[in-house]
Amino acid sequence: MAEAAQMEVSDEVAITIQNMNKWYGTFHVLRDIDLTVQRGERIVICGPSGSGKSTLIRCINALEEHQAGSIEVDGTLLSSDLKNIDKIRSEVGMCFQHFNLFPHLTILENCTLAPIWVRKTPKREAEETAMHFLEKVKIPDQANKYPGQLSGGQQQRVAIARSLCMRPRIMLFDEPTSALDPEMIKEVLDTMIELAEEGMTMLCVTHEMGFARQVANRVIFMDAGQIVEQNEPEAFFNNPQSDRTKLFLSQILGH
Amino acid sequence: MSDTHAQTVAFVRETEIPPSPPPAMEAGAVKWVRENLFSGWFNTIMTLVALYIIIRIVIGVFPWFFNGVWDAGSIRECRDILQGTTGACFAVLVDRWDHLLFGFNYPQDAYWRPTLAFVLLIVAAMPALFYMYIPSKFLIGTALYPFLAYWLLWGGSLWVPIAVLAAIILTGVVFRLVEGMTVSTRTVVAGIVGLAAGVGLAYLLYLGAQELWFISTSVGQAGLFGTIMSLVFKLCSVFTYVFFIPMGIFVGYAIYQSASDGGLVTVVTSLIAISVMMLYGVGPVSSVLNGIIPIELEAVESRQMGGFMLCMMLGAVCVSLSIPLGIVLALGRQSDMPLIKGVCVVFIEFVRGVPLITLLFVANVMLAYFFPPGSGLDLFLRVVIMITMFSAAYIAEVIRGGLAALPKGQYEAADSLGLNYTQATRLIILPQALKISIPGIVNVAVGLFKDTTLVSVISMFDIVGMIRGPIQQSTDWISIYWEPYLFAATCFFIVCYSISQYSQWLERQLQTDHH
Repeated sequence: MAEAAQMEVSDEVAITIQNMNKWYGTFHVLRDIDLTVQRGERIVICGPSGSGKSTLIRCINALEEHQAGSIEVDGTLLSSDLKNIDKIRSEVGMCFQHFNLFPHLTILENCTLAPIWVRKTPKREAEETAMHFLEKVKIPDQANKYPGQLSGGQQQRVAIARSLCMRPRIMLFDEPTSALDPEMIKEVLDTMIELAEEGMTMLCVTHEMGFARQVANRVIFMDAGQIVEQNEPEAFFNNPQSDRTKLFLSQILGH
Repeated sequence: MSDTHAQTVAFVRETEIPPSPPPAMEAGAVKWVRENLFSGWFNTIMTLVALYIIIRIVIGVFPWFFNGVWDAGSIRECRDILQGTTGACFAVLVDRWDHLLFGFNYPQDAYWRPTLAFVLLIVAAMPALFYMYIPSKFLIGTALYPFLAYWLLWGGSLWVPIAVLAAIILTGVVFRLVEGMTVSTRTVVAGIVGLAAGVGLAYLLYLGAQELWFISTSVGQAGLFGTIMSLVFKLCSVFTYVFFIPMGIFVGYAIYQSASDGGLVTVVTSLIAISVMMLYGVGPVSSVLNGIIPIELEAVESRQMGGFMLCMMLGAVCVSLSIPLGIVLALGRQSDMPLIKGVCVVFIEFVRGVPLITLLFVANVMLAYFFPPGSGLDLFLRVVIMITMFSAAYIAEVIRGGLAALPKGQYEAADSLGLNYTQATRLIILPQALKISIPGIVNVAVGLFKDTTLVSVISMFDIVGMIRGPIQQSTDWISIYWEPYLFAATCFFIVCYSISQYSQWLERQLQTDHH
């Protein structure tokens, strides 16, 4: 498990972001973002709140619109064409801070909904896939309960399973552990580590620096809408270059 | 931890001591009465006062109720029988029950038809109301019910509703066909349909412009107001004259352009198909079929409908139409497209700003002006359109509340899984928004059902109209109040209370937080 960082990264490009800018009204949230993600890479994005890290990964599956520059996911250029957007979204899984499970559907239905309606998978097959991934996140016995009956950690693991059921090629995590109690963080992180070991391309916005050290092969530090610094975890934590990174690391690791 | 405990502690209880009952003052009825009725001096006084009032009401009402006369020919006979003692005259219900239920013009030998339609309504509603227990294939029966009910209530040839049903099914086929076409085939279809729709729209607008000019010349006589109205109509007319050709070209071209993604052309083709079939297909086809195999019931006109039956008909039709229309309006109001949003906002705000009774007068009087004589819509249909519009506007606002209450994360989760707008709305957003909206929708539905009695002001004899008109003004039952109104209230209460109970049951069924 400790060799996670040495897991292979192919030369194939998964995501290319070029010179991307985004504004909320007149507020400049993202400035000149350039980022290339190889297939199989595991990237952790950190930075102070309001630095635009969530916005960045939400732009990748077009939950947020960018106003300048280009984003190319899996060879598909992100434009305002709805068909392109839906195609990209079905290839890119996403986990949210507040899980966003569908409360009116059972766990199993949450997991089979998108495969059945988007991928047109037969119901039986979709349920088998769902059970496979629910076993993977270790909650197959909760399949027929509703999200409201599960703990936060369980809900987040279901959310991961729900994304995986679409067999995505890229997974985005938007602060997946920030809304969880400490003892539940570990169960979610374990699931994510397992996923990383299988070679999933992952972009995680998180403050879990242990996770970053263990599985990431690149850590990106963002501040004020810019990518300030990016490096391999060892170098990033032991030898930060920019002053802002040093300050941030001293605050987050200091206590 | 419990293991170590068990080894180190000498005694561990294996069974629980049975709980001893709480003291008598703290349990059962005594506790309830103490806590709820006599919890302080103020509550004690209020309880006693309430008790006194209840007893007085019961003492007052019971003799009236139990001395009631059930067998008499007129209100005078009732008074003779009662001879001054307090007592109700329920004989009016026995004498006029059929008028209260069916109106005074519905053919007596056909009473079985609305009765059967009512029973079937309950049966047909079951698969929709209890969809979680009844297999969805039974919904076909629910879908067929309106056609059967139409035939039972209005009579005529059975082939008419069958032909309408066939037209609807054919339209569905057309929709699927156009939707499934290759882009090149659809381009040809879009060209033809675009041309036809463009020319048709331009022609209709041209006729409208002529009509507006005609109206402007006929309203211009009376004073300042007339002059202003005339000017307004003239302006509209000129505006329409200027724009009827560009509008036709614009719409035709938009339809032609939609060939690549297929949305607009599919909808417009289906609309044209159903309009043509309804206007020119249904009549001849049904009369030919009726010539071959006649299946007919005595025809009954809308004017002959009345009594509680009319309320039920209006209530059932308007509620079941206004919920889907309300959903469409609510979604339209949230749309990103300014035109759709604008139309929905204007519609909702306008309709909500006008009293229902005004709309009913419009349905009764004004609409007759807009349609050429003889071709006018049936009165029942006009009233249905108005009440549906009215309640749909209210339901739209209730559902908008439900939509607003959903966390943004639900939309984002649906989007991030690759569901398109239709799928996300149908599978994720609406089920939750409607669940939140149930109490509000039921509130509107119950209100609508009771508002159907307003049709009595446009001389339709619903149950209230029957009581106020033919019953209270007959020589036999002149000025009888309490008994028929009590009957009407009971009818409405039964239906409204059932709706309310059903909705509460449904809310419990849909509760998924904790079981």
